Amino acid sequence: MKMYIRAATCISAQKTFESDGFLTDFIEYTGTRLKPIEPDYSKYIDIKLARRMSHVIKMGVAAAKQCLANAEIEMPGAIITGTAFGCMEDTVTFLTRIVELNEEMLPPTAFIQSTHNTVAAQIALMLKCHNYNNNFVHKGISFESAIQDAWMLLNEDDANDILVGGIDEMVDTSFKVLTRLGLYKRWPVSNLQLFNTPTSGTIGGEGAAFFLLNNKPSADNLAEFNGFKTFYGAYESEALEQQINDFLSEQGLDISTIDLVITGRNGDTQNDAIYNNLIIFKNKAQANYKHLSGEYSVSSSFALWLASNIIKEGTVPEVVMYGDINNQSPKTVLIYNHYQAKYHSLMLVSAC
Amino acid sequence: MSSDVYIAGLGAITAIGNNVAECFAALQNERAGMGPITAMNTIHRDKIPVAEVKLSNEELAKMGGLSAELSRTALLSMVAVREAISDAAIADLDKLRVGFISANTVGGMDKSEDFFVEFLADNSKGKLKDVYDHECGSMTEVVAVALGISNQMTTISTACSSSANAIFYGARMIKNGLLDVVIAGGADALAKFTLNGFNTLMILDKAFCKPFDENREGLNLGEGAGYVVLVSDQVAKTLNKKPYCKLSGYNNSNDAYHQTASSPEGTGSYLAMQGALKKAGLQTSDISYINLHGTGTPNNDSAEGIAVKRLFEPDFPPMSSTKSYTGHTLGASGAVEAVFSILSIKHNMVFPNLRFETQMHELPFVPETELRTNLQINHVMSNSFGFGGNCTSLIFSKI
Repeated sequence: MKMYIRAATCISAQKTFESDGFLTDFIEYTGTRLKPIEPDYSKYIDIKLARRMSHVIKMGVAAAKQCLANAEIEMPGAIITGTAFGCMEDTVTFLTRIVELNEEMLPPTAFIQSTHNTVAAQIALMLKCHNYNNNFVHKGISFESAIQDAWMLLNEDDANDILVGGIDEMVDTSFKVLTRLGLYKRWPVSNLQLFNTPTSGTIGGEGAAFFLLNNKPSADNLAEFNGFKTFYGAYESEALEQQINDFLSEQGLDISTIDLVITGRNGDTQNDAIYNNLIIFKNKAQANYKHLSGEYSVSSSFALWLASNIIKEGTVPEVVMYGDINNQSPKTVLIYNHYQAKYHSLMLVSAC
Repeated sequence: MSSDVYIAGLGAITAIGNNVAECFAALQNERAGMGPITAMNTIHRDKIPVAEVKLSNEELAKMGGLSAELSRTALLSMVAVREAISDAAIADLDKLRVGFISANTVGGMDKSEDFFVEFLADNSKGKLKDVYDHECGSMTEVVAVALGISNQMTTISTACSSSANAIFYGARMIKNGLLDVVIAGGADALAKFTLNGFNTLMILDKAFCKPFDENREGLNLGEGAGYVVLVSDQVAKTLNKKPYCKLSGYNNSNDAYHQTASSPEGTGSYLAMQGALKKAGLQTSDISYINLHGTGTPNNDSAEGIAVKRLFEPDFPPMSSTKSYTGHTLGASGAVEAVFSILSIKHNMVFPNLRFETQMHELPFVPETELRTNLQINHVMSNSFGFGGNCTSLIFSKI
């Protein structure tokens, strides 16, 4: 079975959503947290509804609707989302009120919208879509699980034109807690210098990326989604290379046939060493993306958006290039991301 | 692709029992698990009944072999997972491709809400270990690591249909040839967050809930965990005992009506039940028992009832909501009720719907009010519907 990426949209800290250029005009930030560029939500959501919606719902709904528009699909065969933290803003709001109001006279809206499946549900509600609707909440592979579900639906011939998204929001509270847990750098850093300042910690991010996946070949498709794989645990370089080689050979490929590797380097010394130590990547053209998106649990959805567009546009934006080897017009792109050295994800996309 | 998926093991822990045998005994003896709140520190303590698992975190931790400092959701999950694996007794499990697909709705919220009190007063305060496992995925990860499962694990959260979706996602992983064995289900512990959340929606009954009764006044929150061990055709042949049944049908449809309320005509429920029948290749007349979602809220039971009426009329199979025993265990409910549905097939029984008195005016049927035995139970439908319009029906079939 073949799976294609018909459309891809991404709301991020860069001009990835409502922009004609492909990362030609990029933004420098200094700090330890990247915030998304907000689109004009009134184009996607009734203003009265939007007023009650948290940031993640708005991002998710806008990215999803634009993805369907780009794909020229009115009604997706299924809606599947991945989100590690779900609706943090509403969760924090409701938790705060429980404490501050001592459990009395609480307004229900924040609770109603705090449910982890809210974004997928709101998309279904707006489209009046009664089809399959699922939501995965598994840390660094939440998005990959959604892809897995879509792949199975296509393979089972139970649905087509499947809308898949990765969404997560960062709120002040989660940023403070995650900072205390040591995830982020202790000093402000320029995102464009992220890989030149190898210290402990990364920069936080958030975003929404949606994809329309189907099994129909078309000249309009962005790319073919050849395969994906996730695995868990701490891996030595050799064992990791074995996993990558096994994955590629399952796809009938080997590392020499990969034109570009997109890695999940995030500026944290220990995190990046895992990529740097892989000998099989040494002579490959490489690209990074987390200086643009920031680190978050479903950031691999940004990477997939990037890979799809690199293939469709036939160009690698200079701002993502890494290392000395260039491949200007890659046909086969491997994404390798790990989340906190525990959740590993491989995705392979190629020109149709 | 078309191979059957069998149920080889069961595990459950709820307010009516710490394992499947205890739950089964309570179901037959009409022993409900609700009572006053004893564990949570809340102003609702003496006002709202809940269905608590009757073990402390320390006791659960000891049974499951985990730290008592973890979220109660992870502790409940571990206990039921261990029971399910032990029940399946699959030889050479370590040589098979084993996955763990779990579900919950609020992750480690029971710990996070403790953290939050101190954190809110001073952002540099609050014990970080209480918030470290806040994510839903952490609940699954803790259990998977303890079991040594790294092939495949993931977590589903679709509100109250979460673990029903986990079960059929697991079955599909087997059907797609990706795994041989999947432990699938879900867990949720009581939390102030959910208690207050449902309370603000004014859908908590101040007395014990009365699902499908004309005078029902809401649901009782419960807690627990339920898991099934799903095996492929190939693995089923190697088992020392006959599998319980097979998962023959499943469907996930969305009501697409409102974030929390069900449509008056029960569109999502109807589509889920209809889709599950189609997947199983069955007619409504083939269904021997429906384990209803039956929360006891005016809205759910009306929508679900109308959907059942539209789909099954004029001949209705026996039906009941076992939430009248366990309360609504949220992310665990789909799997807990899957376990009860499978017990119904195994023992040819239909469990009663407790405290039912008055028929709902809009429905032409009433739920079962007494234990029925010596029936021929071939196919059981189990319904699970949630916020966000997420509706899932599963069908289990005798082999």
